Amino acid sequence: MEASTYIKRTADGRISIKSGSPSEKLIAWTIAALAALTVLAFLFFDYTGLDLAKAIPETIYNLKTMFLEPALTHFTWGEAFYQVGITLGLAFLSTILGAGIAFFLALMAATNLSKAWVSKSVRIVVAFIRAVPTVLWVLIFAIAAGLGSEAAVLGMLFHSIAYLVKAFSEAFEEVDKGIIEALRATGANWWHIVVHAVLPSTFTYLLSWTFLRFEINFSVAVAMGAAAGAGGIGFELFMASGFYFDLREVGMITYMILIFAIVLEIISTRLKGRYFPAAAKN
Amino acid sequence: MNEKHMKTSRKGQTILFILLIIGMTIASSAITGFNIVHGIATLPEALGWIFSNLFITQESLERLPTILDKLIETILMSVAATTTGTIVAFFLGLMGSKSTGTNKAIGVFARFVASVSRNIPVVAWALILLLSFGQNSVTGYLALFVGSVGFLTRAFIESIDETSQSAVEALRATGATYFQIVFKAVLPQCLPQMISWILFMIETNIRNATLVGILTGTGIGYTFDLYYKTLNYNAVALVTFSIVLAVILIELISNHIRKVIL
Repeated sequence: MEASTYIKRTADGRISIKSGSPSEKLIAWTIAALAALTVLAFLFFDYTGLDLAKAIPETIYNLKTMFLEPALTHFTWGEAFYQVGITLGLAFLSTILGAGIAFFLALMAATNLSKAWVSKSVRIVVAFIRAVPTVLWVLIFAIAAGLGSEAAVLGMLFHSIAYLVKAFSEAFEEVDKGIIEALRATGANWWHIVVHAVLPSTFTYLLSWTFLRFEINFSVAVAMGAAAGAGGIGFELFMASGFYFDLREVGMITYMILIFAIVLEIISTRLKGRYFPAAAKN
Repeated sequence: MNEKHMKTSRKGQTILFILLIIGMTIASSAITGFNIVHGIATLPEALGWIFSNLFITQESLERLPTILDKLIETILMSVAATTTGTIVAFFLGLMGSKSTGTNKAIGVFARFVASVSRNIPVVAWALILLLSFGQNSVTGYLALFVGSVGFLTRAFIESIDETSQSAVEALRATGATYFQIVFKAVLPQCLPQMISWILFMIETNIRNATLVGILTGTGIGYTFDLYYKTLNYNAVALVTFSIVLAVILIELISNHIRKVIL
């Protein structure tokens, strides 16, 4: 009679030590699929006008000019900082407005504070908004509201809201059930619960998430300046590279963006270490 | 005695914080020329315009084959940039991690490369590469590649640091070689986490590819730009919807994979 425990053996009779659990199989399939898609991608690329033998040395030369001899030619330092200020301003406005609106939507999306159908419908709308790339929102608003800071802020606002609603509602859902229940037992209404239980215990999380979004919005604002003509340092970058072909200026602008981005990243990493010790640990 | 003092100073801090936010909002509005009241007032109008102009018609559906073709190109570009970026990021991650790094100087170098390539926006890379690579898929691919390497290296360093400290120590004590440690202890433990990051990167790259495409004249971004500039808004709507569907589909697939493996 066969043994009741089935032992997998390889072709030459040795015991297979690979357990072959569903998750391992799926990992293997995922890797295989990604590898296949990558090979396919390189076969189907559009290589029009590409001369690698010329492009690679040229890029290296360009990068050398950009990063080793940066200089401003078409505008002054004062104007450059003013442009960075515009980019920071766009990022700040869309973050702060987004955080305000996202707070209320997140209250509606959190399953412990809202009805099931409300939270589900908010989540679906937010998922749809997130799926449209920011630049498309900005360009679509640009036709409707006219090109400029309004279109840029509104377009970026949409994405910030979608991102923050997800983050905020997850924070709200982690609020201790006992506190909410205790307040409810004393006859507190929904607003009392939000103001006295939910807000105090999640406030630092909300702030750090908002700052993380600000960091993201800075680079988004650079991109919007370049792709949608929303102004700021990104637009100058686009002009310097696509219009004046001034590599030295491109280098200088890139350095400026880099410095601001790194400062923001250092602050947000500190915030993360301080307020998300759990997230930093696991 | 301190409690009262603490309470008042806390209140003062909150007020100061709120004033600071309001001040920064006013300053930002002034510098960007953004009028909040006007901005919010135009929102309903803009949304109304979107609903009355952005819909798919029979005529725009005829363009579907071209759009799908470009969409597939964009998706393939994002996947290729992510997977090739993963290979580089894996080695940089090994070098930069505290538990597997062999040399402090190399570790600092790896983290520096990651920080620079991540913090220069993808748009800047696209514009820099466009100068010598010209308008083709390779430019877009390379721009996404550089960004992916930066992001994934940081993510991998964190995953390796978090998961494999004790296993690496144990194997090191038995006298295992470096590559034995990497392939028997680090990789199996971090793989699910890494795959999750890779899937996340693919999602991000598809959204970024649209942006890069507008600048470098490739893929679905270029198609969008073309219809946008020729005021063919019905086709614009179709392009947008096809991107949305692709992104949501890929999100669903990767959420499913994540649920099984993590």
